[in-house]
Amino acid sequence: MAFVALGPQAPVASQKPTKTGRVALYLLLPGLFYLGLFFLTPLFSLILTSLKAPSATGVIGRYDVALEIGNYGYALGQYAPQIFRSFSFALIATVIALAVSYPIAYFIGVTARNRPLLKGMLLTLVIAPFFISMLLRTFAWKQIFSNDSWLLNTLKDVGLMGADSYIIGTDFAVIFGLVYNFIPFMTLPIYASLDRLDLRLVEAGQDLYANSVTTFRKITFPLSLPGVISGTLLTFIPISGDYVVASRDFLGSTDTAMIGNVVEANFLRIQDYPTASALSVLLMAAIVILVSAYVRKSGTEDLL
Amino acid sequence: MKLSLGKYLLPTYVALTFAFLAIPIIYTFVFSFNDSIKSNIIWRGFTLDNWLDVCNQQEVCDAFGNSVIVAVSATVVATIMGTMIAIALVRYRFRFRSATNLLLFLPLATPEVVMGAGLAAQFLDFGWQKGLPTVIIAHTMFTLSFVVVTVKARVATLDPALEEAGRDLYANAAQVFWRITFPLLLPGILAAAMLAFALSFDDFIITQFNSGALDTFPKFVYTAAARGIPAEANVIGSFVFLVAIAIVLVVQIRSSRKQKKLITK
Repeated sequence: MAFVALGPQAPVASQKPTKTGRVALYLLLPGLFYLGLFFLTPLFSLILTSLKAPSATGVIGRYDVALEIGNYGYALGQYAPQIFRSFSFALIATVIALAVSYPIAYFIGVTARNRPLLKGMLLTLVIAPFFISMLLRTFAWKQIFSNDSWLLNTLKDVGLMGADSYIIGTDFAVIFGLVYNFIPFMTLPIYASLDRLDLRLVEAGQDLYANSVTTFRKITFPLSLPGVISGTLLTFIPISGDYVVASRDFLGSTDTAMIGNVVEANFLRIQDYPTASALSVLLMAAIVILVSAYVRKSGTEDLL
Repeated sequence: MKLSLGKYLLPTYVALTFAFLAIPIIYTFVFSFNDSIKSNIIWRGFTLDNWLDVCNQQEVCDAFGNSVIVAVSATVVATIMGTMIAIALVRYRFRFRSATNLLLFLPLATPEVVMGAGLAAQFLDFGWQKGLPTVIIAHTMFTLSFVVVTVKARVATLDPALEEAGRDLYANAAQVFWRITFPLLLPGILAAAMLAFALSFDDFIITQFNSGALDTFPKFVYTAAARGIPAEANVIGSFVFLVAIAIVLVVQIRSSRKQKKLITK
């Protein structure tokens, strides 16, 4: 998550924390208490809710505390396709975003290294999409790809698309939208790693008669790995829970629904809180397993 | 031939990708000038009316106002608590450091839908009515860790000798903090506040789960998408974009001048 620490920055002086005393406690307490109350206990509320049973009163949207483990079986059985789709979309979009973003990050971090103004402008362009609502951007793509749009009519006239084929509502449209939205999240951490790359190491490789493919494979890429790890996490995790792009009001259809769409529908529309919570818990568990495998390689302190 | 191809390949690719990234932004901007009647899908001609009379669509304006109130409140609270944590993490030794780091890292690694649904489930259990306060609580929660990460990077570059010099000159702890530490941290704190504001302002998923009847700008767009988004929403989106880009450009140009000085020295 190093990308957020971009901006104007001097090289980090490695200083060890030295002070001790009560002050640390006062500094930490408000924020940690807040996260405890509004981040941590909600995760327990989620687990609690995922085990609830319909209220004995029979009122819709009311549930009693119970130990209904069957909710998980129901959620898994009922929504297996959406769960599978979430993770496969997230994986495909992450891989494509990585392939698209790496050259950009390389250009900004290495090629433009000694031209601060150009570098600043390019970084601004990378983050520019953040400044316009994600929903407006996604809706713009919907209109560009909609059935009677200029783009589709042209493609059909030229014969690149069949007369009654369409884009909106397909897996392609959803993955396309996801890749688009997450390119900046992938580019920035990789840039941050490549920006610190010591070019003398690459020169040393060349001096030892390694060709450019070998220097990239053995030197540049391994040294950018922390950025690649951050970038893939920053892309994969939000995509796996996203439901805007795949929504049928945006780029998707009922055939492209992901876990997020199901959680939204169950929680906010039909008030089936236990099923929505069970799905959220399953999503969170899958993410925790994935992230801890990554973190074991890199260490939390580094990622933060 | 091969050499020149290699030389131009990367810049061409970068230029094309940036053009691609800009497409929906330009689209949104252009359609903010569309002389649309109800739906803003087909180009019907240029007009300034949408810009001159944004609040013609009262709902868009109200939603925008709510988004600003939420983002300002969440930013202030998250920036204060986050800065305190960042100082403690870099400067102090304390027990449970790895537990603290984990607690700060987890919100960054949790899908929004999980945080949103969890908080909403807790509000249900507590019997709290969803509305403006619950949205502000939620936004403060998910922006806090981002503030910590951003300010922490700045605290780490701070030379402790400067504060020691202050103490040697008999400044008390409060004077050292407000006259030395705080001014030096200010760029980092401002960057963190801007990031928190941007994240809060654009948040949709956590907001949808915790806002009840309250409309924010992204929530308005999401709801409107089913029947077509009015051009006034494009105006607000474009306006926010222009303001944000102007701020970032000023910051970038100033910092690149500083760096240029460093390089030429």
